[in-house]
Amino acid sequence: MLDLLWLIPALPLAGFLVLLFAGEKLGKSGVAWVGAGSVGISALIAGLLKWTFLTSPPEGHHFTQALWTWLDVGAFKPEIALYLDPLSLVMTLVVTGVGFLIHLYSVGYMHDDEDYSRFFACMNLFVFAMLILVLADNLLLLYVGWEGVGLCSYLLIGFWYKDPANCKAAQKAFIVTRVGDTAMALGFFLLVTQLGTLQVQDLLERAATRWEPGSGMALATALLLLGGAVGKSGQLPLQTWLPDAMAGPTPVSALIHAATMVTAGVYLIARTYVIYTLAPAAMAAVAVVGALTLLIAGLAAFAQSDIKRVLAYSTISQIGYMFLALGVGAWSAAMFHFMTHAFFKALLFLAAGSVIYALHHEQNIFKMGGIRKQLPLTYRTFLIGASSLAAIPFITSGFYSKDAILYQAFTSEHGHFLLWLAGALGALMTSAYTFRMVFIAFFGEPKTHVHHKPGWVMNFPLLALAFLSTVGGFIELPHFMGHAQFFADFMAPSFAHAAGHAAEAHHGAGLEIGLMVVAMALGLGGIAAAYVLFLAKPEIIEEKMKSEGNRKLHAFLFSGLGFDKLYDTLFVNPYCWIARVNKRDIVDLGYSFLAAVGMLVHFLLGLTVTGRVRWYAAGIAAGCLILMSVMVFT
Amino acid sequence: MTSVPMDHGLLLAGLLFAVGLAGVLVRRNILYVLMSLEIMMNSAALAFVVAGARWSQPDGQIVFIFIVTVAAAEVAVGLALVYQMFKRMKTLDADAASLMRG
Repeated sequence: MLDLLWLIPALPLAGFLVLLFAGEKLGKSGVAWVGAGSVGISALIAGLLKWTFLTSPPEGHHFTQALWTWLDVGAFKPEIALYLDPLSLVMTLVVTGVGFLIHLYSVGYMHDDEDYSRFFACMNLFVFAMLILVLADNLLLLYVGWEGVGLCSYLLIGFWYKDPANCKAAQKAFIVTRVGDTAMALGFFLLVTQLGTLQVQDLLERAATRWEPGSGMALATALLLLGGAVGKSGQLPLQTWLPDAMAGPTPVSALIHAATMVTAGVYLIARTYVIYTLAPAAMAAVAVVGALTLLIAGLAAFAQSDIKRVLAYSTISQIGYMFLALGVGAWSAAMFHFMTHAFFKALLFLAAGSVIYALHHEQNIFKMGGIRKQLPLTYRTFLIGASSLAAIPFITSGFYSKDAILYQAFTSEHGHFLLWLAGALGALMTSAYTFRMVFIAFFGEPKTHVHHKPGWVMNFPLLALAFLSTVGGFIELPHFMGHAQFFADFMAPSFAHAAGHAAEAHHGAGLEIGLMVVAMALGLGGIAAAYVLFLAKPEIIEEKMKSEGNRKLHAFLFSGLGFDKLYDTLFVNPYCWIARVNKRDIVDLGYSFLAAVGMLVHFLLGLTVTGRVRWYAAGIAAGCLILMSVMVFT
Repeated sequence: MTSVPMDHGLLLAGLLFAVGLAGVLVRRNILYVLMSLEIMMNSAALAFVVAGARWSQPDGQIVFIFIVTVAAAEVAVGLALVYQMFKRMKTLDADAASLMRG
């Protein structure tokens, strides 16, 4: 059964190749069957593997399938090998499962697009690259997947390439993540030269035995890898590309920029967690990055008017929670939040996509209004997603995963009161901006006419994801609510090294309930505040907006706290200035001088080539004369 | 029979060579240039004959015959080229034939 593993990435790759070479000939329904079908079968196989892992787990709870040797140069012998353990299995399930639902949705959403087969080819290639990334057995293969998803992200953000703005957004995403990727590549080099292997599991074992806890080498590698994770996952300070990435089609935003690719950074840190446990300072950095990001992105989300940008900032903020969890050593809580976030954020994006589709590509929430009655199914599923994002107590999956993170941020030995406070404030902001969006877009007077209602191919994924967003949380319950730990128990073998490390001291139900009540109160308070400010009494906001200072604050938040401007001033403009100054290429000046001397000599010699035979004869005679006089007189 | 001293012979050869060279450099008519060249070659040949006579060796006269042969061949080729030049350019001016100017 486990031998079927190779089929999971192979099927989307096959789908990509078929669509690439025969996409135009297949016709629209053929493209849809190949595109969504290949991912669907992968999802089925992933489900089968999950079943196998639950019923008869392989020895050591992991399984390696070596396909072939990639290179064989002396001691350097990377293999194309797939590694399946609970961590990569959960990632695979989400990538294929949510990926399939989003492919299905795209069949309806993209139906009128002229580049139908190109879209599905890119999506299939993305799923393939993402699966290679999560299933890679060694760092080299992981890097292939890592760059592959970056490429697909670029291709799909710029999918509607006729608008230059989309191409710019695509380039920005590619270049900004490249900054992080460079750091990550350096980290990989360091690991390979220091530990002498590319195999992830060997690497972790050697790191644990050779490096002292807190050693400089562990810290350096951990920070370099964090750089890569920060770039890919849109965390501070490289988060600026993600809101602009919303230029792509909505299913792309759902799949790549919410559910899967942007969590690759979380996966990378979870995969190399041993190195982080050896470097407590790096873990603290991860937690602080997460906490700051979730606050900053939460603030920026308040001022956005584009529904997809609100969701983009909420994605940045939720990944901030995952980083926070990783930073306090709550590995499985981070992966749990990854999973629930993939469900509800994909749901939110797809529901938003349905609204955009129905309103004829209207993305401004202030122009929507009142679509609750016109699109009841979309409204209800969006509300379920929003409740999960806002962590409405007990009935949503987001509540359980976020609660687990907040609890561990407080009680874990790496945790801190301030980290918990940031998370709790973030919960308040999350629920407030989420329901601001719901109230403005779905309530009030209708402002735009609904053009066409989405069909079942678009509604079915919404229902499936709404179901998952609700029940997905019940597999992991807090201590006082029956203390179910199916997810954590399942993940435990992947984080075996940290088992003793992150052994949570049980602080008693009192503290747990207390923390939960505070978080719940903040979350519900955020919804109440959103209700008052954006639905019941919008005049309060209008009144406030009259003052100059508040308008400036709004513009500041709208621009994502001015990071784009800051980077333009710090990096882009100086670079352009240097490029302008150096237009004549200062470094090449020495070589240009040599070339100029050569040209001059050529010109002077050229003057002697007169074409007059008598002149040449005179030259020969003079030369002979000189030579003879030299011979005679010396 | 009194033999001519070698100095005189070589002096004559040198003078003839100088006259020929001057003709090559000064004359613009290509025919005269060719004729000046003949003078230069014959001056060189004369130097060989004088040297052969000085050391009573036949080699000088052998080389003289070689040079006359080469000169005859050279004149044949040279006159053909002059003919072609005149046919194409309607002039015998050597300076006018400067098409290969750099």
